[in-house]
Amino acid sequence: MSTLSERVLGAPAGAYVDREVDIAFAHDGTGVLALEALRAMGVERLPYPERLRLIFDHIVPANTGTTATLQAELRRYARSSGIGFSDAGGGICHQVMSEGVVRPGMVVVGADSHTCTLGAFGAFATGMGATDMAAVWASGATWFRVPETIAVNLAGRLSCAAEPKDLALAYVAKLGMEGATYRALEFVGDGAAGISMDGRLTLSNMAVETGAKAGIFYADAATVRYLADYGLAAASQTPEDCRYERTVEIDLADIVPLVAVPHRVDTVREAEEVAGTHLDQVFVGTCTNGRYEDLVRFARTVRGRKVAVRTLVVPASRAVLARAIATGVLADIVEAGCMVAPPGCGPCLGAHAGVLGEGEVCLSTANRNFRNRMGVGGEIYLSSVATAAASAIAGVIAVPKVA
Amino acid sequence: MQGVGPAVCLGSDIDTDVIIAGRYLRTKDRSVWAEHAFEDLDPALAGRLRGAVIVAGRNMGCGSSREQAVVALREAGVVGVVAPSFARIFFRNAVNVGLPVIEAAVPCTDGARVAFDLDAGWVEVDGERYPARPLSEKMVAILRAGGLVPYWRSCR
Repeated sequence: MSTLSERVLGAPAGAYVDREVDIAFAHDGTGVLALEALRAMGVERLPYPERLRLIFDHIVPANTGTTATLQAELRRYARSSGIGFSDAGGGICHQVMSEGVVRPGMVVVGADSHTCTLGAFGAFATGMGATDMAAVWASGATWFRVPETIAVNLAGRLSCAAEPKDLALAYVAKLGMEGATYRALEFVGDGAAGISMDGRLTLSNMAVETGAKAGIFYADAATVRYLADYGLAAASQTPEDCRYERTVEIDLADIVPLVAVPHRVDTVREAEEVAGTHLDQVFVGTCTNGRYEDLVRFARTVRGRKVAVRTLVVPASRAVLARAIATGVLADIVEAGCMVAPPGCGPCLGAHAGVLGEGEVCLSTANRNFRNRMGVGGEIYLSSVATAAASAIAGVIAVPKVA
Repeated sequence: MQGVGPAVCLGSDIDTDVIIAGRYLRTKDRSVWAEHAFEDLDPALAGRLRGAVIVAGRNMGCGSSREQAVVALREAGVVGVVAPSFARIFFRNAVNVGLPVIEAAVPCTDGARVAFDLDAGWVEVDGERYPARPLSEKMVAILRAGGLVPYWRSCR
Protein backbone atom coordinates (compact mmCIF):
# COMPACT_ATOMS: atom_id res chain seq x y z
CA MET A 1 0.00 0.00 0.00
CA SER A 2 1.43 3.33 -1.06
CA THR A 3 1.43 7.00 -0.16
CA LEU A 4 0.26 9.39 -2.87
CA SER A 5 3.88 10.39 -3.59
CA GLU A 6 4.77 6.73 -4.10
CA ARG A 7 1.76 6.21 -6.36
CA VAL A 8 2.41 9.25 -8.53
CA LEU A 9 6.18 8.70 -8.75
CA GLY A 10 5.72 4.94 -9.20
CA ALA A 11 8.31 3.72 -6.69
CA PRO A 12 8.66 3.17 -2.92
CA ALA A 13 10.02 5.83 -0.54
CA GLY A 14 13.80 6.07 -0.69
CA ALA A 15 14.05 5.01 -4.35
CA TYR A 16 15.63 7.30 -6.96
CA VAL A 17 13.57 7.56 -10.12
CA ASP A 18 13.79 9.36 -13.45
CA ARG A 19 10.35 10.73 -14.32
CA GLU A 20 8.79 12.58 -17.19
CA VAL A 21 7.08 15.71 -15.89
CA ASP A 22 3.61 16.84 -16.92
CA ILE A 23 4.10 20.54 -16.21
CA ALA A 24 7.27 22.55 -15.57
CA PHE A 25 7.28 26.27 -14.93
CA ALA A 26 9.71 29.04 -14.07
CA HIS A 27 9.26 32.76 -13.36
CA ASP A 28 11.05 35.97 -14.30
CA GLY A 29 13.60 35.43 -11.52
CA THR A 30 14.57 31.80 -12.02
CA GLY A 31 13.82 31.75 -15.76
CA VAL A 32 16.75 34.05 -16.51
CA LEU A 33 19.23 31.61 -14.97
CA ALA A 34 17.47 28.60 -16.49
CA LEU A 35 17.81 30.10 -19.96
CA GLU A 36 21.48 30.80 -19.33
CA ALA A 37 22.06 27.19 -18.22
CA LEU A 38 20.10 25.86 -21.20
CA ARG A 39 22.32 27.82 -23.59
CA ALA A 40 25.44 26.61 -21.78
CA MET A 41 24.15 23.04 -22.24
CA GLY A 42 24.08 23.70 -25.96
CA VAL A 43 20.38 22.89 -26.30
CA GLU A 44 18.77 24.59 -29.28
CA ARG A 45 15.38 22.94 -29.65
CA LEU A 46 13.02 22.07 -26.80
CA PRO A 47 11.47 18.62 -27.23
CA TYR A 48 8.30 19.32 -25.21
CA PRO A 49 7.54 23.07 -25.16
CA GLU A 50 3.84 22.31 -24.52
CA ARG A 51 4.72 21.07 -21.02
CA LEU A 52 6.58 24.27 -20.14
CA ARG A 53 5.46 27.66 -18.83
CA LEU A 54 7.19 30.94 -18.14
CA ILE A 55 5.21 33.15 -15.78
CA PHE A 56 6.32 36.66 -14.90
CA ASP A 57 5.39 37.41 -11.30
CA HIS A 58 8.36 38.30 -9.12
CA ILE A 59 9.12 41.88 -10.20
CA VAL A 60 6.14 43.01 -12.26
CA PRO A 61 6.00 45.42 -13.89
CA ALA A 62 9.79 45.79 -14.09
CA ASN A 63 11.24 48.28 -11.60
CA THR A 64 14.58 49.15 -13.21
CA GLY A 65 16.20 49.13 -16.64
CA THR A 66 18.27 46.10 -15.67
CA THR A 67 15.17 44.12 -14.66
CA ALA A 68 13.32 45.18 -17.80
CA THR A 69 16.21 44.11 -20.02
CA LEU A 70 16.49 40.70 -18.35
CA GLN A 71 12.72 40.23 -18.68
CA ALA A 72 12.74 41.33 -22.34
CA GLU A 73 15.29 38.67 -23.22
CA LEU A 74 13.30 35.96 -21.46
CA ARG A 75 10.06 37.18 -23.05
CA ARG A 76 11.63 36.94 -26.52
CA TYR A 77 12.81 33.42 -25.75
CA ALA A 78 9.37 32.35 -24.50
CA ARG A 79 7.78 33.55 -27.72
CA SER A 80 10.34 31.98 -30.06
CA SER A 81 10.60 28.63 -28.25
CA GLY A 82 6.89 27.86 -27.96
CA ILE A 83 6.93 27.81 -24.14
CA GLY A 84 3.54 28.84 -22.72
CA PHE A 85 3.92 32.43 -21.54
CA SER A 86 2.11 34.54 -18.94
CA ASP A 87 3.40 38.12 -18.98
CA ALA A 88 3.50 40.68 -16.17
CA GLY A 89 0.03 41.15 -14.71
CA GLY A 90 -1.15 37.58 -15.31
CA GLY A 91 -0.42 36.57 -11.75
CA ILE A 92 1.73 34.46 -9.46
CA CYS A 93 2.98 31.26 -11.09
CA HIS A 94 1.40 28.94 -8.49
CA GLN A 95 -1.95 30.69 -8.74
CA VAL A 96 -1.92 30.70 -12.55
CA MET A 97 -1.13 26.97 -12.48
CA SER A 98 -4.05 26.42 -10.09
CA GLU A 99 -6.54 27.98 -12.49
CA GLY A 100 -7.33 24.96 -14.62
CA VAL A 101 -3.85 23.66 -15.46
CA VAL A 102 -2.70 21.23 -12.74
CA ARG A 103 -4.80 18.09 -12.23
CA PRO A 104 -4.69 15.11 -9.83
CA GLY A 105 -1.88 12.62 -10.38
CA MET A 106 0.37 14.96 -12.35
CA VAL A 107 4.09 15.35 -11.79
CA VAL A 108 4.72 19.09 -11.56
CA VAL A 109 8.02 20.91 -11.08
CA GLY A 110 8.52 24.63 -10.72
CA ALA A 111 11.62 26.76 -10.38
CA ASP A 112 10.25 28.25 -7.18
CA SER A 113 10.23 26.80 -3.69
CA HIS A 114 6.47 27.24 -3.25
CA THR A 115 5.64 24.88 -6.11
CA CYS A 116 4.41 22.54 -3.36
CA THR A 117 1.25 24.72 -3.43
CA LEU A 118 -0.08 22.59 -6.29
CA GLY A 119 -0.11 19.45 -4.16
CA ALA A 120 -3.58 20.74 -3.20
CA PHE A 121 -4.84 18.98 -6.35
CA GLY A 122 -3.42 15.55 -5.53
CA ALA A 123 -0.47 16.17 -7.83
CA PHE A 124 3.16 15.58 -6.89
CA ALA A 125 4.45 19.13 -7.12
CA THR A 126 7.85 20.29 -5.95
CA GLY A 127 10.31 23.14 -6.33
CA MET A 128 13.73 23.05 -7.93
CA GLY A 129 16.51 25.40 -8.95
CA ALA A 130 17.17 27.03 -12.30
CA THR A 131 19.79 24.61 -13.65
CA ASP A 132 17.56 21.64 -12.79
CA MET A 133 14.78 23.46 -14.67
CA ALA A 134 17.05 23.92 -17.70
CA ALA A 135 17.58 20.15 -17.78
CA VAL A 136 13.78 19.67 -17.66
CA TRP A 137 13.38 22.10 -20.56
CA ALA A 138 16.00 20.12 -22.44
CA SER A 139 14.60 16.65 -21.75
CA GLY A 140 11.07 16.84 -20.35
CA ALA A 141 12.20 14.77 -17.37
CA THR A 142 14.11 14.92 -14.10
CA TRP A 143 15.21 12.67 -11.25
CA PHE A 144 13.49 12.42 -7.87
CA ARG A 145 14.14 10.70 -4.60
CA VAL A 146 10.73 9.35 -3.62
CA PRO A 147 10.07 10.94 -0.22
CA GLU A 148 8.95 9.36 3.00
CA THR A 149 5.65 10.85 4.12
CA ILE A 150 4.44 12.51 7.30
CA ALA A 151 0.66 12.55 7.66
CA VAL A 152 -1.08 15.63 9.00
CA ASN A 153 -4.34 14.21 10.25
CA LEU A 154 -7.06 16.85 10.37
CA ALA A 155 -10.14 16.26 12.51
CA GLY A 156 -13.32 18.31 12.75
CA ARG A 157 -13.95 21.82 11.47
CA LEU A 158 -12.34 25.23 11.84
CA SER A 159 -14.20 27.62 14.12
CA CYS A 160 -15.47 30.91 12.70
CA ALA A 161 -12.51 33.17 13.53
CA ALA A 162 -9.86 30.67 12.40
CA GLU A 163 -9.01 30.14 8.76
CA PRO A 164 -6.76 27.76 6.80
CA LYS A 165 -3.78 30.13 7.25
CA ASP A 166 -4.02 29.74 11.03
CA LEU A 167 -4.03 25.99 10.53
CA ALA A 168 -0.97 26.35 8.26
CA LEU A 169 0.89 28.33 10.93
CA ALA A 170 -0.16 25.73 13.49
CA TYR A 171 1.25 22.77 11.58
CA VAL A 172 4.45 24.67 10.69
CA ALA A 173 4.93 25.47 14.39
CA LYS A 174 4.24 21.85 15.32
CA LEU A 175 6.70 20.40 12.79
CA GLY A 176 9.31 23.21 12.92
CA MET A 177 11.34 24.72 10.09
CA GLU A 178 13.09 21.45 9.30
CA GLY A 179 10.63 18.98 10.76
CA ALA A 180 9.79 17.55 7.36
CA THR A 181 13.04 18.03 5.42
CA TYR A 182 13.20 15.59 2.45
CA ARG A 183 9.67 14.34 3.34
CA ALA A 184 6.26 14.83 1.80
CA LEU A 185 3.30 15.93 3.89
CA GLU A 186 -0.11 14.36 3.27
CA PHE A 187 -3.12 16.21 4.66
CA VAL A 188 -5.62 13.50 5.57
CA GLY A 189 -8.53 12.87 7.89
CA ASP A 190 -12.20 13.86 7.90
CA GLY A 191 -11.27 17.53 8.44
CA ALA A 192 -9.64 17.78 5.01
CA ALA A 193 -12.96 17.48 3.17
CA GLY A 194 -14.30 20.63 4.82
CA ILE A 195 -11.46 22.82 3.58
CA SER A 196 -12.07 24.72 0.31
CA MET A 197 -9.67 24.48 -2.64
CA ASP A 198 -8.40 28.00 -1.91
CA GLY A 199 -7.77 26.89 1.68
CA ARG A 200 -6.01 23.71 0.56
CA LEU A 201 -3.73 25.76 -1.68
CA THR A 202 -2.81 27.88 1.38
CA LEU A 203 -2.04 24.73 3.40
CA SER A 204 -0.01 23.01 0.67
CA ASN A 205 1.83 26.28 0.02
CA MET A 206 3.45 26.35 3.44
CA ALA A 207 4.70 22.74 3.37
CA VAL A 208 8.13 23.96 2.23
CA GLU A 209 8.41 26.07 5.40
CA THR A 210 8.83 22.76 7.26
CA GLY A 211 11.45 21.64 4.74
CA ALA A 212 8.95 19.35 2.98
CA LYS A 213 9.27 18.45 -0.67
CA ALA A 214 5.53 18.29 -1.23
CA GLY A 215 2.28 19.03 0.62
CA ILE A 216 -0.48 16.86 -0.74
CA PHE A 217 -4.26 16.59 -0.46
CA TYR A 218 -6.08 13.64 -2.02
CA ALA A 219 -8.38 14.79 -4.80
CA ASP A 220 -12.00 14.53 -3.66
CA ALA A 221 -15.42 15.81 -4.65
CA ALA A 222 -14.34 19.43 -3.97
CA THR A 223 -11.31 19.04 -6.27
CA VAL A 224 -13.44 17.50 -9.01
CA ARG A 225 -16.01 20.32 -8.75
CA TYR A 226 -13.31 23.03 -8.77
CA LEU A 227 -11.67 21.62 -11.90
CA ALA A 228 -15.03 21.11 -13.62
CA ASP A 229 -15.48 24.90 -13.41
CA TYR A 230 -12.41 25.14 -15.66
CA GLY A 231 -13.82 22.50 -18.00
CA LEU A 232 -11.45 19.80 -16.77
CA ALA A 233 -12.50 16.25 -15.95
CA ALA A 234 -10.81 14.67 -12.93
CA ALA A 235 -11.37 11.70 -10.66
CA SER A 236 -11.11 11.46 -6.88
CA GLN A 237 -8.15 9.66 -5.32
CA THR A 238 -8.70 7.18 -2.52
CA PRO A 239 -6.10 7.01 0.25
CA GLU A 240 -4.62 3.55 0.74
CA ASP A 241 -3.75 2.06 4.07
CA CYS A 242 -0.12 3.12 3.72
CA ARG A 243 2.85 3.48 6.05
CA TYR A 244 3.54 7.00 7.22
CA GLU A 245 6.82 7.90 8.88
CA ARG A 246 4.71 9.56 11.55
CA THR A 247 1.36 11.25 12.00
CA VAL A 248 0.73 14.71 13.37
CA GLU A 249 -2.78 15.05 14.83
CA ILE A 250 -4.59 18.36 14.65
CA ASP A 251 -8.11 19.02 15.90
CA LEU A 252 -9.37 21.91 13.80
CA ALA A 253 -11.64 23.07 16.62
CA ASP A 254 -8.47 23.90 18.63
CA ILE A 255 -7.16 26.34 16.01
CA VAL A 256 -7.37 30.01 16.97
CA PRO A 257 -6.01 33.09 15.14
CA LEU A 258 -2.21 32.83 15.15
CA VAL A 259 0.72 35.06 14.26
CA ALA A 260 4.29 34.04 13.36
CA VAL A 261 6.60 36.59 14.98
CA PRO A 262 9.99 37.82 13.68
CA HIS A 263 12.13 36.19 12.39
CA ARG A 264 11.03 32.59 12.20
CA VAL A 265 7.92 31.14 10.64
CA ASP A 266 7.79 28.38 13.26
CA THR A 267 7.77 30.87 16.15
CA VAL A 268 4.02 31.20 16.45
CA ARG A 269 1.93 33.00 19.09
CA GLU A 270 -1.79 33.36 19.55
CA ALA A 271 -2.85 36.66 17.96
CA GLU A 272 -4.21 37.59 21.40
CA GLU A 273 -0.66 37.52 22.86
CA VAL A 274 0.76 40.00 20.33
CA ALA A 275 -2.35 42.19 20.02
CA GLY A 276 -1.46 45.88 20.17
CA THR A 277 1.88 45.45 18.38
CA HIS A 278 2.69 48.61 16.42
CA LEU A 279 2.37 48.33 12.61
CA ASP A 280 3.67 50.46 9.74
CA GLN A 281 2.21 48.34 6.96
CA VAL A 282 -0.29 45.56 6.31
CA PHE A 283 0.24 43.40 3.24
CA VAL A 284 -2.46 41.09 1.91
CA GLY A 285 -1.58 38.86 -1.00
CA THR A 286 1.04 36.30 -2.21
CA CYS A 287 0.84 32.65 -3.23
CA THR A 288 -0.30 31.94 0.33
CA ASN A 289 -3.24 34.31 0.68
CA GLY A 290 -3.93 36.38 -2.43
CA ARG A 291 -6.86 34.35 -3.73
CA TYR A 292 -10.44 35.41 -4.31
CA GLU A 293 -11.68 33.86 -1.09
CA ASP A 294 -8.99 35.84 0.75
CA LEU A 295 -10.05 39.14 -0.81
CA VAL A 296 -13.68 38.42 0.07
CA ARG A 297 -12.69 37.73 3.65
CA PHE A 298 -10.63 40.92 3.80
CA ALA A 299 -13.39 43.05 2.27
CA ARG A 300 -15.95 41.66 4.71
CA THR A 301 -14.06 43.33 7.59
CA VAL A 302 -12.96 46.59 5.94
CA ARG A 303 -16.19 47.31 4.03
CA GLY A 304 -17.54 50.74 4.95
CA ARG A 305 -14.60 51.48 7.26
CA LYS A 306 -11.15 53.06 6.87
CA VAL A 307 -7.81 51.36 7.42
CA ALA A 308 -5.63 53.04 10.03
CA VAL A 309 -2.29 51.96 8.59
CA ARG A 310 -0.71 51.80 5.11
CA THR A 311 -2.32 48.71 3.58
CA LEU A 312 -1.31 47.03 0.35
CA VAL A 313 -3.52 44.43 -1.33
CA VAL A 314 -2.10 42.37 -4.19
CA PRO A 315 -4.44 39.92 -5.95
CA ALA A 316 -2.70 36.65 -6.81
CA SER A 317 -3.79 36.67 -10.44
CA ARG A 318 -5.64 38.62 -13.10
CA ALA A 319 -8.54 36.18 -12.75
CA VAL A 320 -8.72 36.92 -9.02
CA LEU A 321 -8.55 40.66 -9.69
CA ALA A 322 -11.22 40.50 -12.41
CA ARG A 323 -13.57 38.53 -10.17
CA ALA A 324 -13.01 40.94 -7.29
CA ILE A 325 -13.87 43.82 -9.62
CA ALA A 326 -16.97 42.09 -10.95
CA THR A 327 -18.37 41.33 -7.52
CA GLY A 328 -17.58 44.73 -5.98
CA VAL A 329 -15.09 43.27 -3.51
CA LEU A 330 -12.29 45.37 -4.94
CA ALA A 331 -14.30 48.59 -4.62
CA ASP A 332 -14.84 47.85 -0.93
CA ILE A 333 -11.10 47.39 -0.49
CA VAL A 334 -10.16 50.57 -2.38
CA GLU A 335 -12.82 52.66 -0.62
CA ALA A 336 -11.46 51.48 2.72
CA GLY A 337 -8.22 53.28 1.83
CA CYS A 338 -6.08 50.35 0.70
CA MET A 339 -3.59 50.45 -2.17
CA VAL A 340 -4.11 47.79 -4.80
CA ALA A 341 -1.04 46.65 -6.78
CA PRO A 342 -0.92 44.58 -9.99
CA PRO A 343 -1.16 40.79 -9.64
CA GLY A 344 2.17 39.23 -8.69
CA CYS A 345 4.37 38.49 -5.70
CA GLY A 346 4.36 42.13 -4.55
CA PRO A 347 6.83 43.06 -1.80
CA CYS A 348 6.97 39.52 -0.33
CA LEU A 349 10.61 39.05 -1.28
CA GLY A 350 11.65 42.63 -0.72
CA ALA A 351 12.57 43.41 -4.30
CA HIS A 352 10.12 46.22 -5.08
CA ALA A 353 6.76 47.89 -4.48
CA GLY A 354 6.18 47.95 -0.74
CA VAL A 355 9.56 47.19 0.81
CA LEU A 356 10.05 48.12 4.44
CA GLY A 357 12.32 50.81 5.85
CA GLU A 358 14.71 50.39 8.78
CA GLY A 359 12.72 49.55 11.91
CA GLU A 360 9.37 49.33 10.12
CA VAL A 361 6.94 46.59 11.07
CA CYS A 362 4.67 44.75 8.62
CA LEU A 363 1.86 42.31 9.20
CA SER A 364 1.79 40.13 6.10
CA THR A 365 -0.31 37.23 4.86
CA ALA A 366 2.77 35.73 3.16
CA ASN A 367 4.69 32.62 4.15
CA ARG A 368 8.15 33.88 5.18
CA ASN A 369 9.34 36.34 7.79
CA PHE A 370 13.11 35.86 7.48
CA ARG A 371 15.20 38.72 8.82
CA ASN A 372 15.45 41.61 6.30
CA ARG A 373 13.39 39.73 3.68
CA MET A 374 11.08 42.67 2.94
CA GLY A 375 13.78 45.29 3.47
CA VAL A 376 16.85 45.75 5.65
CA GLY A 377 15.88 46.35 9.27
CA GLY A 378 12.19 45.63 8.67
CA GLU A 379 10.22 43.22 10.86
CA ILE A 380 7.60 40.82 9.50
CA TYR A 381 4.70 39.21 11.35
CA LEU A 382 2.69 36.59 9.45
CA SER A 383 -1.03 36.06 9.89
CA SER A 384 -4.32 35.08 8.32
CA VAL A 385 -6.33 37.46 6.17
CA ALA A 386 -8.93 37.98 8.90
CA THR A 387 -6.21 38.98 11.37
CA ALA A 388 -4.63 41.26 8.73
CA ALA A 389 -8.02 42.91 8.12
CA ALA A 390 -8.78 43.47 11.80
CA SER A 391 -5.24 44.83 12.25
CA ALA A 392 -5.48 47.15 9.23
CA ILE A 393 -8.58 48.74 10.76
CA ALA A 394 -7.06 48.92 14.25
CA GLY A 395 -3.63 50.13 13.08
CA VAL A 396 -1.99 47.61 15.43
CA ILE A 397 -2.11 43.81 15.53
CA ALA A 398 -5.68 42.89 16.47
CA VAL A 399 -7.62 39.68 16.96
CA PRO A 400 -10.34 39.09 14.35
CA LYS A 401 -13.89 38.93 15.67
CA VAL A 402 -15.92 35.77 15.26
CA ALA A 403 -18.06 36.28 12.16
CA MET B 1 36.06 14.47 -4.51
CA GLN B 2 38.12 16.14 -1.81
CA GLY B 3 38.62 19.59 -0.36
CA VAL B 4 40.34 21.38 2.47
CA GLY B 5 40.23 24.86 3.95
CA PRO B 6 39.75 26.92 7.09
CA ALA B 7 36.31 26.71 8.67
CA VAL B 8 33.78 29.52 8.54
CA CYS B 9 31.16 28.63 11.18
CA LEU B 10 27.49 29.48 10.72
CA GLY B 11 24.38 28.76 12.78
CA SER B 12 21.26 26.73 12.00
CA ASP B 13 18.43 27.60 9.62
CA ILE B 14 20.58 29.88 7.43
CA ASP B 15 18.04 30.91 4.77
CA THR B 16 18.79 31.79 1.18
CA ASP B 17 17.63 35.40 1.78
CA VAL B 18 20.55 35.70 4.21
CA ILE B 19 22.97 34.09 1.77
CA ILE B 20 21.99 36.52 -0.99
CA ALA B 21 19.26 39.12 -0.43
CA GLY B 22 16.38 39.57 -2.86
CA ARG B 23 17.58 43.07 -3.74
CA TYR B 24 20.67 41.65 -5.48
CA LEU B 25 18.92 39.06 -7.64
CA ARG B 26 18.23 41.19 -10.70
CA THR B 27 21.50 40.74 -12.50
CA LYS B 28 23.43 38.01 -14.26
CA ASP B 29 26.72 39.35 -12.89
CA ARG B 30 27.85 36.57 -10.57
CA SER B 31 30.50 38.73 -8.91
CA VAL B 32 27.68 40.85 -7.41
CA TRP B 33 26.28 37.79 -5.61
CA ALA B 34 29.72 36.76 -4.34
CA GLU B 35 30.44 40.28 -3.11
CA HIS B 36 27.15 40.57 -1.19
CA ALA B 37 26.96 37.01 0.21
CA PHE B 38 25.80 36.99 3.86
CA GLU B 39 25.74 40.79 3.82
CA ASP B 40 22.80 41.07 6.24
CA LEU B 41 24.36 38.52 8.61
CA ASP B 42 27.87 40.00 8.68
CA PRO B 43 29.13 42.35 5.97
CA ALA B 44 32.72 41.16 6.57
CA LEU B 45 31.87 37.50 5.97
CA ALA B 46 32.07 37.60 2.15
CA GLY B 47 35.74 38.57 2.46
CA ARG B 48 36.54 35.40 4.42
CA LEU B 49 35.02 32.87 2.01
CA ARG B 50 37.80 32.34 -0.54
CA GLY B 51 39.30 28.90 0.01
CA ALA B 52 37.11 28.32 3.08
CA VAL B 53 34.85 25.43 4.07
CA ILE B 54 31.51 26.60 5.46
CA VAL B 55 30.41 24.57 8.48
CA ALA B 56 26.76 25.33 9.13
CA GLY B 57 24.14 24.09 11.56
CA ARG B 58 20.95 22.23 10.72
CA ASN B 59 18.67 23.07 7.77
CA MET B 60 21.33 24.93 5.79
CA GLY B 61 19.94 26.91 2.84
CA CYS B 62 16.26 26.85 3.73
CA GLY B 63 13.71 29.07 2.00
CA SER B 64 13.72 30.25 -1.58
CA SER B 65 14.85 28.14 -4.54
CA ARG B 66 17.14 30.95 -5.73
CA GLU B 67 20.18 29.35 -7.31
CA GLN B 68 22.02 32.64 -6.86
CA ALA B 69 22.66 31.47 -3.28
CA VAL B 70 24.84 28.51 -4.25
CA VAL B 71 26.39 30.41 -7.17
CA ALA B 72 27.34 33.23 -4.75
CA LEU B 73 29.19 30.78 -2.52
CA ARG B 74 30.93 29.07 -5.41
CA GLU B 75 31.94 32.39 -6.98
CA ALA B 76 33.18 33.63 -3.62
CA GLY B 77 35.57 30.68 -3.61
CA VAL B 78 33.93 28.42 -1.03
CA VAL B 79 35.52 24.95 -1.24
CA GLY B 80 32.56 23.07 0.25
CA VAL B 81 29.65 23.32 2.66
CA VAL B 82 29.32 20.94 5.61
CA ALA B 83 26.09 20.73 7.64
CA PRO B 84 24.17 18.05 9.56
CA SER B 85 21.16 18.70 7.30
CA PHE B 86 20.35 20.82 4.27
CA ALA B 87 17.17 22.20 2.74
CA ARG B 88 16.62 19.96 -0.25
CA ILE B 89 16.51 22.56 -3.04
CA PHE B 90 19.72 24.22 -1.79
CA PHE B 91 21.39 20.80 -1.64
CA ARG B 92 20.38 19.91 -5.19
CA ASN B 93 21.28 23.37 -6.49
CA ALA B 94 24.74 23.11 -4.93
CA VAL B 95 25.41 19.80 -6.68
CA ASN B 96 24.08 21.26 -9.94
CA VAL B 97 26.57 24.13 -9.87
CA GLY B 98 29.46 21.93 -8.77
CA LEU B 99 29.68 23.10 -5.14
CA PRO B 100 30.44 20.14 -2.84
CA VAL B 101 27.88 19.72 -0.05
CA ILE B 102 28.62 17.29 2.74
CA GLU B 103 25.99 16.03 5.16
CA ALA B 104 27.84 15.54 8.44
CA ALA B 105 27.55 16.67 12.04
CA VAL B 106 30.88 18.19 13.08
CA PRO B 107 32.02 20.70 15.72
CA CYS B 108 33.18 24.08 14.45
CA THR B 109 35.65 26.75 15.47
CA ASP B 110 36.34 29.57 13.03
CA GLY B 111 39.60 28.91 11.24
CA ALA B 112 39.85 25.21 12.20
CA ARG B 113 41.30 23.06 9.41
CA VAL B 114 38.43 21.24 7.70
CA ALA B 115 39.08 18.51 5.14
CA PHE B 116 36.52 16.31 3.41
CA ASP B 117 36.48 13.32 1.10
CA LEU B 118 33.07 12.75 -0.46
CA ASP B 119 34.01 9.43 -2.05
CA ALA B 120 35.36 7.97 1.17
CA GLY B 121 32.57 9.62 3.19
CA TRP B 122 34.31 11.60 5.91
CA VAL B 123 34.99 15.10 7.22
CA GLU B 124 37.99 15.97 9.37
CA VAL B 125 38.09 18.95 11.73
CA ASP B 126 41.60 19.65 13.08
CA GLY B 127 42.50 16.01 12.41
CA GLU B 128 39.42 14.51 14.09
CA ARG B 129 37.43 12.39 11.62
CA TYR B 130 33.61 12.28 11.38
CA PRO B 131 31.39 10.20 9.06
CA ALA B 132 29.55 11.90 6.18
CA ARG B 133 26.36 10.67 4.57
CA PRO B 134 27.02 9.35 1.05
CA LEU B 135 25.48 11.11 -1.97
CA SER B 136 23.40 9.24 -4.54
CA GLU B 137 25.25 7.86 -7.56
CA LYS B 138 23.70 10.47 -9.84
CA MET B 139 24.68 13.34 -7.55
CA VAL B 140 28.27 12.09 -7.35
CA ALA B 141 28.41 11.89 -11.14
CA ILE B 142 27.04 15.44 -11.52
CA LEU B 143 29.42 16.84 -8.91
CA ARG B 144 32.37 15.05 -10.44
CA ALA B 145 31.54 16.51 -13.84
CA GLY B 146 31.62 19.98 -12.26
CA GLY B 147 27.85 20.50 -12.23
CA LEU B 148 24.73 19.68 -14.21
CA VAL B 149 25.67 21.75 -17.29
CA PRO B 150 29.01 19.97 -17.93
CA TYR B 151 27.39 16.65 -16.90
CA TRP B 152 24.68 17.20 -19.49
CA ARG B 153 27.20 18.08 -22.19
CA SER B 154 29.27 14.98 -21.39
CA CYS B 155 26.19 12.72 -21.63
CA ARG B 156 25.13 13.93 -25.09
